[in-house]
Amino acid sequence: MLLDVRNITKTYPGADAPVPVLRGVDLTLDAGQSLALTGESGSGKSTLLHLIGGLDAPDGGQILLDGVDVTVLDDAGRAALRRGTVGVVFQQFNLIPSLRVADNIAFQARLAGRHDVAWAAMLADRMGLAAHLAKYPEQLSGGQQQRVAIARTLAARPKLVLADEPTGNLDEATAATVLDLMLELVAETGAALMMVTHSPTLAARMGRRLHLHQGLVA
Amino acid sequence: MNVKAILLAICLPLAAAAQGFGGLGTNAAGFAVPTPGYAFDFPADAGPHPDYRIEWWYVTANLTGPDGTDYGVQWTLFRTALAPEAGDGWSSPQLWMGHAALTTPTAHYVTERLARGGIGQAGVTAAPFAAWIDEWTLAGPDNAMQMRAAGPDFAYDLTLSAQGPLVFHGDNGYSVKSAAGQASYYYSQPRFGVSGTITTPDGDISVTGQAWLDREWSSQPLADNQTGWDWFSLSFDTGDKMMGFVLRQLDGASYTSATWIGADGMTAALPDGALTATPLETHQSPGAKVPIEWRVELPARGVDVTVTAINPDAWMATSIPYWEGPVRIAGSHSGRGYLEMTGYE
Amino acid sequence: MTRAGFAALLSHWRRNPLQLFTLLAGLALATALWSGVQAVNAEARASYDAAAATLGEGQFDQILPPEGQTIPQDTYIALRRAGWLVSPVTEGRMNGVRIVGLDPLTAPGGLGPVQVVDGDIGAFLSGRGQIYATAETLDRLGAVANADLIVTPDMAPGTAITDIGFAQSLLDMHDEITRLIVAPAQPLGRPPLSDIGPDLRLQAAQSGSDLGRLTDSFHLNLTAFGLLAFAVGIFIVHGAIGLAFEQRRPVVRTLRALGMPLNRLIVLIAAELMAMALIAGVIGVALGYLIAATLLPDVAATLRGLYGADVSGTLQLRPAWWLSGLGIAVGGTAVAGAGALWRLARMPLLAAAQPRAWAMAAGAGARWQGFLALGLLVVAGVLAFAATGLVAGFALLATLLIGAALALPVVLGAILRVCAARARGPVAQWFWADTRQQLPGLSLALMALLLAMAANVGVSTMVSSFRLTFTAFLDQVLSSELYVTADSPEQAAALVAFLTPRTDAILPIQSAEQTLAGYPAEVFGARDDATYRTNWQFLDAAPDAWGRLAAGDGVLVNEQLSRRASLAVGDPLDIGGTVFPILGIYGDYGNPIGQAILNEVPFARLFPEAVALRFGLRIAPDQVAGLTETLSQDFGLPRDQMVDQAGIKAFSLNVFERTFTVTDALNILTLSVAGFAILMSLLTLAAMRLPQLAPVWALGMTRGRLGWLELLRAVLLALLTTALALPLGLALAWALLAVVNVAAFGWRLPMYFFPLDYLRLGGLAMLAAALAALWPARKLARTPPAALLQVFSHER
Repeated sequence: MLLDVRNITKTYPGADAPVPVLRGVDLTLDAGQSLALTGESGSGKSTLLHLIGGLDAPDGGQILLDGVDVTVLDDAGRAALRRGTVGVVFQQFNLIPSLRVADNIAFQARLAGRHDVAWAAMLADRMGLAAHLAKYPEQLSGGQQQRVAIARTLAARPKLVLADEPTGNLDEATAATVLDLMLELVAETGAALMMVTHSPTLAARMGRRLHLHQGLVA
Repeated sequence: MNVKAILLAICLPLAAAAQGFGGLGTNAAGFAVPTPGYAFDFPADAGPHPDYRIEWWYVTANLTGPDGTDYGVQWTLFRTALAPEAGDGWSSPQLWMGHAALTTPTAHYVTERLARGGIGQAGVTAAPFAAWIDEWTLAGPDNAMQMRAAGPDFAYDLTLSAQGPLVFHGDNGYSVKSAAGQASYYYSQPRFGVSGTITTPDGDISVTGQAWLDREWSSQPLADNQTGWDWFSLSFDTGDKMMGFVLRQLDGASYTSATWIGADGMTAALPDGALTATPLETHQSPGAKVPIEWRVELPARGVDVTVTAINPDAWMATSIPYWEGPVRIAGSHSGRGYLEMTGYE
Repeated sequence: MTRAGFAALLSHWRRNPLQLFTLLAGLALATALWSGVQAVNAEARASYDAAAATLGEGQFDQILPPEGQTIPQDTYIALRRAGWLVSPVTEGRMNGVRIVGLDPLTAPGGLGPVQVVDGDIGAFLSGRGQIYATAETLDRLGAVANADLIVTPDMAPGTAITDIGFAQSLLDMHDEITRLIVAPAQPLGRPPLSDIGPDLRLQAAQSGSDLGRLTDSFHLNLTAFGLLAFAVGIFIVHGAIGLAFEQRRPVVRTLRALGMPLNRLIVLIAAELMAMALIAGVIGVALGYLIAATLLPDVAATLRGLYGADVSGTLQLRPAWWLSGLGIAVGGTAVAGAGALWRLARMPLLAAAQPRAWAMAAGAGARWQGFLALGLLVVAGVLAFAATGLVAGFALLATLLIGAALALPVVLGAILRVCAARARGPVAQWFWADTRQQLPGLSLALMALLLAMAANVGVSTMVSSFRLTFTAFLDQVLSSELYVTADSPEQAAALVAFLTPRTDAILPIQSAEQTLAGYPAEVFGARDDATYRTNWQFLDAAPDAWGRLAAGDGVLVNEQLSRRASLAVGDPLDIGGTVFPILGIYGDYGNPIGQAILNEVPFARLFPEAVALRFGLRIAPDQVAGLTETLSQDFGLPRDQMVDQAGIKAFSLNVFERTFTVTDALNILTLSVAGFAILMSLLTLAAMRLPQLAPVWALGMTRGRLGWLELLRAVLLALLTTALALPLGLALAWALLAVVNVAAFGWRLPMYFFPLDYLRLGGLAMLAAALAALWPARKLARTPPAALLQVFSHER
């Protein structure tokens, strides 16, 4: 089992009283599986994704990722997790504006110390970015930027890809193309995929579907 | 100004001299060189010899205070010449250096003066005899010579009265300093009676005792293989005296010379090897580690004595540093004397 | 990982070269001004130190002959033979070079030329002649027959050292000695000096002619200038670093999300900043060297003229100075960057990663800043009344300037609010509202301008006040048309007899050194003459002070003595056992010690041994040349024993002109730095402004009009800032004149106002602001419509 989430809770400070976002979520995921995480706004799906990705720490519960309990890691340990084990594809792409496309793609793999030129070039090629490698992110369309972000994630060969509404900023046609590419490449790498989405169409394309409602698995 | 450079220039010949006038083949650059068979001429030879590179008037005295405490006093005037001429005014090549010291069993006071020749600040006249640098003087007739010096923390004012004839070392004053024949002119007045006052930071003390004057001049600098010397002037209670020195060489060998001065007035020069001096105990004095107890043997005269420094810290922290201080003698003979040690580091 | 992270951070600068330039240029300029001024100060101080070290001035006690005489060599020998450890010095001038002859054998340790080649001391002593000096000095000296000229870079400028024997023959002073240096340690049993040289006097170390203290006032001005310039530069650096951090905030978040640990990131950014500080520091120090090398000849001329201090006109590179320049660049960056790093360390990883205009961050901080400013200004106000002493003086300057700088945005905001409320018409309303919105982004640059302007107003006022006061003071001190000096009392008597029929009045100048009220001082004996009554101005005086002085029942004292000993008019003063009431207090600028003036009759009674050798002569100004000729031809008085008043005044004014060159140059430099700050702020704001301007353009305003309004805005803000800088500058001048000067030098200069100067400075500031705004405004006016349209398409 690649991922085993047990009874995770998370509360954020609110304006008047603390707001419980996750109230005891359990889920498991095996290597190579894919999972759609759905639910209305505020149901806690992004928070869950962030906790699994080591971007934040839960208040209670356990997250075992590849046999390691990520909830007990310190800041440096979580940073190592982010660059080595998981890869996050953000809704806002989060590219580095001052780096060229090629450098953006290679970036996380370099951080993780496993940059593979041929693999990165293949990814860029498959993503249709070969002609844009020398450009800066601001010179690309939204769909192209998201393809750069996906390539950046996959270039680092994570065991688990976390995607937070990866096509939320794209039009429908572009979204479909980008998603096809992503699913295809993730499958090729053998990584597990967990994706937050609003779209039932997208959710249907994943292996399993988990619906969150008010911080609990519905 | 680089004081070191100046002192080096002035002191090099002195250091050379102190270490034994060695140096085969080193040219004396126009200076006169000592030769055997010299006929001393007094009073002229009591005065300076500007055509020789280096010369000194060197007095050491063993004194006793009213309570029996031993004291030592040194008064020295060195002359060194940059060129073999007397010269006049500021451009005279004759330079002068004075060393004065007062040694008590617990303290050692030293001071140094430098002066240019030719302007009257320092010099020596033969008749009437006077040697001076600044306010320091050694002047007057043999039977009433005044010897004065002062530093920031000590002073002395002594009267010296000669009680015997001059003694000429080596071959009638031609004193050989190495197996290769380097030499100086060297005579002494080993018998001065002394009385007067010494001043320490604690006040004046009246003293009496004996003093020894050495006069020496030459031109040849040191040899590479000579590292320093140990010089003894010993006054035995029998009335006999002896002067001896050991020139140490790099290879551990040495060249020795000694003069026996009998109470009866007879003197005898003793050749290389007649004298042996063996360090018994060394001591870290302020400037270097030096032997402060010696076994001195002169078998030809039945001398086998232990010579011990009265104050082991009698270090002369002057431009050329060395050790010089009063000693006590015990063993086959007893008495007092002075010890000078150069070339220790 | 480190390399990839560092590359990502650095790539920001490649994409934003202007920001990089701002940061480096700001820091480099700040360092340049600071280190340039420090270099000038260090060079001058090194010159004084070299003089003190090579000549034993101030370092050792000295024995001096009576005024105008020398010490016979026999006396020197007599002193040595009596146990006085003194070393002779024979000195004089030759081709404008001070020739100093020493005896290295008796000189106290460390005195004399720095390098004498080992073993060549013989040549130095031989009388053949070896002269040690800097290359510059040796050039001035020219070929000296039969002397080896040895270049010695560490020597005091304008001074040559040689053996005393050679100096005596060179200067034709055989067996003459100028002064004796007394060794610190002396032997027991020395007789008193008076037994051997009754006419000699012993001068204690560090009294009388300490150049360092005399020239401190000049260096204080320079240092104040350098410090202010650096403060202005640090404002720029702070702004540039803040902007860069704000813009890189999203990147920092991304880097962390991708797995870069926070502490590594902070170390990388700190290293990046330090690298930039070092680069900017090196550039700044190099620029500072250029500034210093340009200013130094004028500074050297000023110091030589004002104080007779020999300062080298050429600059040497000193390692300490390089290091301090780099140190201040790194330290300044650390101060400016510490806050940004602190915020970065506390920034949460998951907060919404929206770019936020740094300029708009002011909001809540503004109130806090206003309170801090108010607090500092209140402290400054209290200090202005209570401050005595140098530390309090500098605290006053600091609180005043920092408080005013912090208050500036608050005050400007209030003014703009009033203007906005009164604006009529849509464009005017938008203009004022938009100006208010720009204020936080420009406030750092405007603070820099405020400080630069205030510093210029303050220092100009002080220097100009000094000039006015000093020239008036020269009229007072140099009231006679011609001054003559006699060699001996005999010559003095002959001179008086010769001059009596040829002049209107002969005013003898005679003085004696005396301890007054516990302080070293000089007492002068003055002849009663109308000259004094008409020319002298008192700071405070009893009625008929001159009349009572002439009657011998009182004394005049200088300001220094009155301040140090807390003496006021009417207080008694004991001079040599006789008590005189103080009749008046006069200004005596540039004199380090106390002074008192008595009528010549009581003076002669108290100091019978004092003989007047100098005389002031009153004649019609057009007869000066004729009398000089007669004295020279008929009486045989050498030319160098006559000084005409017009000559001294012309010389003094010339000196001031050089001082002003320096001040002017620094004025322009600091204003340039402030102008640069404005330019950089506007340029960095320009990109962020497009979304604000695009709607206005879309609603019908032309790009050209927008450009003009941008320019107008900059000039307007500069005008407001300048207007606020004027009172601040005057307050600064007052603090310098009335608090710092008094504490440092013992005299208070009256303050004068120079409206034309201020107008000129204001014009310069406006010009700087307009020039700074010109480029961004032009850029705006030429922005392609497509770029403005993009604003709308980018909006989500």
